[in-house]
Amino acid sequence: MSSPIIEMRQITKTFGPVTANSGVNLEIYPGEIHALLGENGAGKSTLMNVLTGTYAPDGGEIYYKGKRADIRTPKDAVALGIGMVHQHFRLIPTLTVAENVFLNSGSKRFFLKKDKIEREINECAKKFNLAVDASAYVWQLSVGEQQRVEIVKLLYQGAEILILDEPSAVLTPQEAQHMFDTLRKMADDGKAVIVISHKMNEVMNNADRITVMKNGMVGDTMLAKDATVNRLTEAVVGVTAGTQKRSLDRAPGKDIIFAMEAVSAQNDRNLPALRGISFYIRKGEIFGIAGVAGNGQRELAEVIAGLRPVSGGQIRMHGKDITKTSVKERINAGISFIPEDRMTTGLIPELDMKQNLILKHFNTEKYSRRGVLLQEQMQKDAEAYTEAYEIKHAGVSYPVGLMSGGNQQKLLFAREVAGDPELIVAAYPVRGLDIGAAEAIRSILMEQSWKGAAVVFISEELEEIFTLCDRVGVLCDGELMGIREIGQTDIMEIGRLMTGETGTGSSEPAADGKGGDS
Amino acid sequence: MSTTLLVSIISTAVVYAVTVLYAAIGEIFAERAGVMNLGLEGIMLMGAVSGYLVAVHRQNLALAMLTVVIVGAALGLVFAFLTVSLQSDQTVAGMAMLTFGTGLSGFIGKGVSGVNANLAFNPIAIPGLSRIPVIGPSLFNQSILVYVMYLIVPLSMIYLYKTRAGMILRALGENPAALDSAGYNVYALRYAYVIFGSVMTAVSGACISLDYTNFWSDGMTSGKGWIAVALVVFAAWNPLIAVFGGLLFGAISIIGIDIQMYFPQVPSQFFSALPYVATIIALIFTTGNFRKRRSSAPAALTIPYDRESR
Amino acid sequence: MRGRVYIKKRTGVPTWYRILNPVLFVMLALVFSGIFLTAVGFNPLTVYAKMLKTICSPSGLVRSIEAGMPLMLTGLAVAFGYRMNLNNIGAEGQYALGAVFCVGFALYGPVMPPLLKIIGMFIAAALGGAAASLIAAIPKAFWGVNETILTMMLNYIFLYVLNFLMYGPWKMLNQMVAQTRIIDERYWLPEIGHTGINSVLIIIILLAAALQFFHTKTTRGYQMEVIRRSPRAAQYAGMSVARNILMVLGVSGAIAGLAGFAQVAGIIHRVQADLPNNAGYTGIVVAFLAGLNPLVCLLVGFFFGALQISAVAVQITGVPSQVAMMIQGSIMLFVIAGEFFIRNQFVRRKTTEGGADA
Repeated sequence: MSSPIIEMRQITKTFGPVTANSGVNLEIYPGEIHALLGENGAGKSTLMNVLTGTYAPDGGEIYYKGKRADIRTPKDAVALGIGMVHQHFRLIPTLTVAENVFLNSGSKRFFLKKDKIEREINECAKKFNLAVDASAYVWQLSVGEQQRVEIVKLLYQGAEILILDEPSAVLTPQEAQHMFDTLRKMADDGKAVIVISHKMNEVMNNADRITVMKNGMVGDTMLAKDATVNRLTEAVVGVTAGTQKRSLDRAPGKDIIFAMEAVSAQNDRNLPALRGISFYIRKGEIFGIAGVAGNGQRELAEVIAGLRPVSGGQIRMHGKDITKTSVKERINAGISFIPEDRMTTGLIPELDMKQNLILKHFNTEKYSRRGVLLQEQMQKDAEAYTEAYEIKHAGVSYPVGLMSGGNQQKLLFAREVAGDPELIVAAYPVRGLDIGAAEAIRSILMEQSWKGAAVVFISEELEEIFTLCDRVGVLCDGELMGIREIGQTDIMEIGRLMTGETGTGSSEPAADGKGGDS
Repeated sequence: MSTTLLVSIISTAVVYAVTVLYAAIGEIFAERAGVMNLGLEGIMLMGAVSGYLVAVHRQNLALAMLTVVIVGAALGLVFAFLTVSLQSDQTVAGMAMLTFGTGLSGFIGKGVSGVNANLAFNPIAIPGLSRIPVIGPSLFNQSILVYVMYLIVPLSMIYLYKTRAGMILRALGENPAALDSAGYNVYALRYAYVIFGSVMTAVSGACISLDYTNFWSDGMTSGKGWIAVALVVFAAWNPLIAVFGGLLFGAISIIGIDIQMYFPQVPSQFFSALPYVATIIALIFTTGNFRKRRSSAPAALTIPYDRESR
Repeated sequence: MRGRVYIKKRTGVPTWYRILNPVLFVMLALVFSGIFLTAVGFNPLTVYAKMLKTICSPSGLVRSIEAGMPLMLTGLAVAFGYRMNLNNIGAEGQYALGAVFCVGFALYGPVMPPLLKIIGMFIAAALGGAAASLIAAIPKAFWGVNETILTMMLNYIFLYVLNFLMYGPWKMLNQMVAQTRIIDERYWLPEIGHTGINSVLIIIILLAAALQFFHTKTTRGYQMEVIRRSPRAAQYAGMSVARNILMVLGVSGAIAGLAGFAQVAGIIHRVQADLPNNAGYTGIVVAFLAGLNPLVCLLVGFFFGALQISAVAVQITGVPSQVAMMIQGSIMLFVIAGEFFIRNQFVRRKTTEGGADA
């Protein structure tokens, strides 16, 4: 193989107390598609932002074609031919494709010469089979087309090293395949392509080499042809193969509280996000949803909470069809929801603890009488929650935005489990929490299940799912790849399902045949 | 309808349109940059009074216009400082400009209120063109301020749609973060366009005091600043449509007076309100989200740019 | 290159600073206005002293309150909208339509016992204001049309409606001035004791107190606060944002409409052409300077009323009455600038932090 075009040596980057990258080494060769694989927060994006000059590293060096390169600003990176397609596109919708490309070209020409730019774009697009209409307005384009515009933008800038941050996240499978074909053409042309991803199968099928990141460090680097699901799963999830039994012995009840049948839904971009999801949960059961983030978890949680309409299928609570009911009706039916973005959806950071804890119940008799809030009750409950859940804060009248993440999450849980809900949907409830707070959150969930609540527990941490859940369903690309009893499966099997390999059993029939679909 | 009546209607509509178009085109540029200035009326009054004051005391039109430009730039600088640097609420800051401009213009203009300057922009007939029937006397026998507007309209269209700077401007009000990451200075650009808009608005005021009515009295712009704001929305932030809108608004206001003679039962206020009704309907149809098309309003309009809260 | 001092967002602003900051910037604005006064040839200190004396005199005080009452109401109206991030700059037009409904009911409505009639006038004014604002609220709530521009355009339409009636069908006969005739004296609100202050002030104070109670103590006020801070959290909690937009803009318009009631029932007992006279726009500033607090709106409204009255008083000494608006404008500019220092603070960089700030 030729010599690397980019070498990153011992890159270290910290944000306050958090170490995002620690001693990372990475070599990128011209003509290869290099995949960076890892979970959220593994440090992939940080590393690439260092390479593009967005972040200044605390330590380490970057070499370009063997020579030390000093990349301090995005401009320096562009000058070296390094360009990145961010997850959120930086296009201006009211400008045409040609104008967007021109805007970033660094040209100092006074007049726009649209036909010249358009011709150049079309040439460049033809070369790499990137179908874009240079004269179209960006707002008219589909997401896939917009992504192509972003790529063309980089090529027009003269990029030799292209970085794409989760490029397939917003695409349909067909579009994604087309995009990888394009990337392959560019690699064949001698360009270096870096793809950030957390989808194992797509990485194995399309990359030349794979670097797995875990906890800010490089876990493993391999040629794609040497990669196996086991090896990748091990590097990504970080545990050696083996079965971990759940550490509880209790049997969930028999009554089915909640069931979904063939539910489909779309994401914010009107692309299918859930495809024919069927499962049920019994009283007192914790049902895990495993899978790499971005495979429909958010949409699933929102569909259950009533925040997102379904495009097909049925949702039942105690056998009763609740598919068309509103958020409010579902709250009243006893569905609690811990959203993944607790600081923008679950809590209101500017408001104090008292105001936050009544968010869903302000209209109930407990907290209001004839439209007037019962302040004493709020105060009393705030103090009671503080004590019961050991929430640390400067006072119940201080904005909750000033509390630590763990205490915010405890407050959110305190509110959501008050009144003993029948169903709790918890999306990544311990993400970003310290060990103590995470443990407290897990024990709250456990306690609720003992009290009889059915719990949907969405997580990326397989170990956690194995210690907490009774059964687990695996989401991949909006489909439930399989449902397993925790006692009858192991992490390796779940890992395989996460990559989209269905293996033996397909999606479980609704509610074991008696899920109330009488 | 007699030819003289037609000529008078057209030429008055043109003059009316020009008086609001300076402000409207300036505001189109400022709003395209993402800053809405609701204080146009106040700035217009300041332009009107400062030009008139210099005209009365110095008897020099060039000096008067220079003063108008400086006053407009100074007020624009203040507004840009408040909204771009201090990131104040643009509505509230606009109201402050409105009140301050209205108050200060009345205050310093007290001495020249009703005083005849004996100095104004006189119509200049363009040789040849002014001989064309109807169009000649109505379009080519106007003051220099009108002729300058004839130039500004095509230039602003070319600038906005054919030059690199214009393209950057169109991007500025849509996605300042994208521009920032492409290496452009969002703050400096916004300052420049806000000041430009304010200067144009001040010139609008001078059009009124030194050309259109040729006197100064307190609050004399009588809502033309608001008409300019309405025109920007009506025109969907496009200078050329603003020209048609301005002519239409002008024609309505003049024909309204004439039609009254034929239909005395229709109140004049009905015609005066028409531009606003038209603007509301245009606004709902161009920006309402029931349509599949995107809104023509700049997406980042009235949103202060703060790099850290990206 | 960056200096050693940088700007940081403040968290938790002490109350004394919240009060001191605007007071300081009002002082600066007076100094600034003084420059113009001096330039035109007046001694600012004499002018200010005279103005202050007027306000402090009993009759000046009464007239200040009278002039301030419509501003208090428009301020309350605008503040109410802002409490849910709705820019209602249409208080001017809502005031106009409220006045039209109110005087229409007073003059052309049925003859009733005084108390009932006054209640009817109150309702009419509120309905007029609400009707004016709902025309903007509907496109906003359902189609997301910008309410700032909508309410602004509507101002002119309702002012033309008002003026049409004043110059046309409702014009007092045999008069040059475009205004209605005075309403029946039985339908006037009485003055408070022998103070010369009309009892409509009590209604305004009660209204402000009720609004304060609404914001801090009721579930509806709580919903507004949630939607203001995070529309997503509101949806998550099952609140309807569209319905709340209709409610808030409707109430905001109704309060502005009550400024018409204050005039008809309490102050001038009739309606004139161009009656709102920029009170709707001043209301925006009143609301802003009051920090959206209803009770403080009363104080700020009074303050601006006093400014107008005292400016009329200094006219005798030759100072143009526009001095009021000029001072008002300067105060607005300065207090807006000062507000930046409530949101932010200058912080001295402690040690060298490397070049990590991009």
